[in-house]
Amino acid sequence: MGSDVIFGQYIKGDSVIHQLDARMKIIIAILYIVIIFLAHSVSAFILLIVATAVFIIMTKIPLRLLLKAMKPLMIIIIVTAIINMFWFTGKTLLVKFWIINIYLEGIINSLLIITRIILLIMATSVFLTYTTTPLKLTDAIEYLLGPLKVLHVPVHEFSMMMTIALRFIPTLIDETHKIINAQTARGANFTSGGLISRAKSLIPILIPLFISAFRRADELATAMECRCYTGGDGRTKLNVPKTSCADWIFLLVIIVLGVAVVLLNTFIPIYSM
Amino acid sequence: MASIELKNVSYTYNKSLPSKITAVDDVSLKIDSGITGLIGHTGSGKSTLVQMLNGLIKPDQGEILLNGNNIWADPKKIRDIRFKVGLVMQYPEYQLFADTVEDDIAFGPKNMGIEGEKLNETVESAAFFAGISKEILKKSPFELSGGQKRRVALAGIIAMSPEILVLDEPAAGLDPAGRRDILGGIKVFSKIKNTTVIIVSHSMEDMAMYCDDIIVMAKSKVIAYGTCSEVFSQHELLTSTGLDVPQITRIAAALKKNGIDIGDDIYTVDYAVDKLIEKYKK
Amino acid sequence: MSIVIKAENLNFSYPETESTPKVDALKNISFEIEEGTFTAILGHNGSGKSTLAKILCMILESQTGSLTIMGKDVNSENITDEEIMDIRKEVGMVFQNPDNQIVATIVEEDVAFGCENLGIPSVEIRERVDNALKEVGMYEYREHPVAKLSGGQKQRVAIAGVIAMRRKCIIFDESTAMLDPIGRKDVLNIIKKLNREHNITVILITHYMNEASMADKILVMNEGRIVASDTPEKIFGDPQKMWDIGLDVPQTTEFLYKLNHYGYSFPITVFDPEAVAEIVSKEFSSVE
Repeated sequence: MGSDVIFGQYIKGDSVIHQLDARMKIIIAILYIVIIFLAHSVSAFILLIVATAVFIIMTKIPLRLLLKAMKPLMIIIIVTAIINMFWFTGKTLLVKFWIINIYLEGIINSLLIITRIILLIMATSVFLTYTTTPLKLTDAIEYLLGPLKVLHVPVHEFSMMMTIALRFIPTLIDETHKIINAQTARGANFTSGGLISRAKSLIPILIPLFISAFRRADELATAMECRCYTGGDGRTKLNVPKTSCADWIFLLVIIVLGVAVVLLNTFIPIYSM
Repeated sequence: MASIELKNVSYTYNKSLPSKITAVDDVSLKIDSGITGLIGHTGSGKSTLVQMLNGLIKPDQGEILLNGNNIWADPKKIRDIRFKVGLVMQYPEYQLFADTVEDDIAFGPKNMGIEGEKLNETVESAAFFAGISKEILKKSPFELSGGQKRRVALAGIIAMSPEILVLDEPAAGLDPAGRRDILGGIKVFSKIKNTTVIIVSHSMEDMAMYCDDIIVMAKSKVIAYGTCSEVFSQHELLTSTGLDVPQITRIAAALKKNGIDIGDDIYTVDYAVDKLIEKYKK
Repeated sequence: MSIVIKAENLNFSYPETESTPKVDALKNISFEIEEGTFTAILGHNGSGKSTLAKILCMILESQTGSLTIMGKDVNSENITDEEIMDIRKEVGMVFQNPDNQIVATIVEEDVAFGCENLGIPSVEIRERVDNALKEVGMYEYREHPVAKLSGGQKQRVAIAGVIAMRRKCIIFDESTAMLDPIGRKDVLNIIKKLNREHNITVILITHYMNEASMADKILVMNEGRIVASDTPEKIFGDPQKMWDIGLDVPQTTEFLYKLNHYGYSFPITVFDPEAVAEIVSKEFSSVE
């Protein structure tokens, strides 16, 4: 149960996108987000929708799972779009009712905003959360931030903390369940009473949980010392990230997409935002 | 003595997912006296079964009857069932939280609404059965040794005066003397307070020593239930499910092969010695 | 055979704190451990076993006495950090709680952790990790998340991590205490294999008498002292002494010992149930 949490939304697979170097995926994702913000014209959006659809197909992840990720955000997206629609003033008035004026430009603008948000979610899902394990992401971030070590930023330590946090989240979730069960067995009541009594009823859970976390931290530190851990200096890696041909091709495709979006914005400006 | 009965009880984890696991599959049994051991290896469903006894888990199907009454008859009153069926979970020392041993033991009884002088009496009597000396009561539970903490946690459940006491691996990780102290204490408690006790354990030797009856679970089902001698005499069934039998039971089985038959119900050393001497003494 | 660990008159006390008095955990401990041997340390909780284990892997330092590991005087004042690191490379430890010694989320990443710390080239780490995982029978699980493994499997991963570092000596600090019988059997078989086939010096701290009976030598600890140090046959040959200090003997030994009260003279330190049945039936079949 707990280990589903550490893997977040990662979906196992062996597609081209799964196999891309995590460092490159971070760079590609950032570039792609920038490109999505650059798009203003309907023509540019159509290109991006097509491109994103191609990427989704390449991941071989069922669309159903991708849509599931959107569900919790759908309400926010729709509300944002509707508010935007009412506020927008354009040339072609479609509906006039009481103080509400809805323009054609407003509707199109709202649709573009929805598209943009959906594209942003899809882009990060496809390149990062759905196809890259948190562990690889952590390693990649450590690598990309590597130059900051010169400025004495403890990049390795942050990455180590992330790794250990990912490792212990499921353990501590299980532990919390156990403690809740144990105290429930002693008649503890977490669901009734006022705010203060409810907060108080958490003490029998939080104290054992903290004590256990400290004990685990202490034992882990000892174990790490026994395994010759002395910090980041001189460490090697089991899996050295390697960029392959595919990584560079993808980067190139993204750059070409960016150029195309700018060109479409300028030369085919249909209903520009 | 109080009785607890399971009628066709089943429970499945992750019901709606493809990864669903049936942990308890159509189990029926009745426990109404003495100390009953529940054995089976990790994943056999025994932990799930135990958590159903006091209502921490609600069965998907079937009924659990405490003294003949369905414990889920009124789901709002399930908290009362938890006081009647005391559950000591695995490594219970990790649940201690109060400033003093005394306060920690008092947590359960206080939740039941016991107060004042009655509360002190309850705590002291529970501490006595768990083998906790009076001077420890004022100490912080976190200063105690592992074995002492375990006993404090046990006292915390005993203090609720449960009609049925369920313990999940009460002796795990303790040394031989610690095991004897805690299991012996439970046996005394069961006798004096006339309480039905259920112990879950991996240790066949301990079970053989302290239990009257044994339930064996494998693959979500009960595969054997009877007195110690009835169950241990089926050592082939036990070993075929990957469970150990006490070494002495294996000796007796090997002796029988060699033509020395001292019976199939051998599970303690002293009994084996007596039988052998009685039958074959020169 | 060379001596891997030599301890002379080690003493260790935990200092007094606000709430607890000073505790003398180890009192004049002396022993020697030879290369390639299997030593079991028996003793009840609080007898000083775990303190000793922490001293042997240099997490704690004894206050007096001398400790020589791999020919280096650990307690010497002029021992350098590098020398300590050199010893740590040779002496590994597997702890009691499998959860609290695994650092990475993925099996193979954790096995590699120690090698990564040593700065071993990636290609070689890969080879060592794969071999170590095959050694403990966890190779198929190399890409699994650690959190989904059973206790016994996690412990095997921890052992693989130690094997991958090619340690000459491994200390198991109650590594089987939290496992179920199947997990325990798996781990014990691996420990035996490491000792017999790979000539790794094994120190096994345990509560279980039948685990200790597999060793070449047993050290019995009680109240911070070593009260006996001998072969399992000699140690379990005196059951009353073991019972007096709150320990046990294997049931096979108890059975033969109690039979001897009736005037028999069985050798009481036979640890295999079938072998016990063999010698007992020889004696009794002549009676009928």
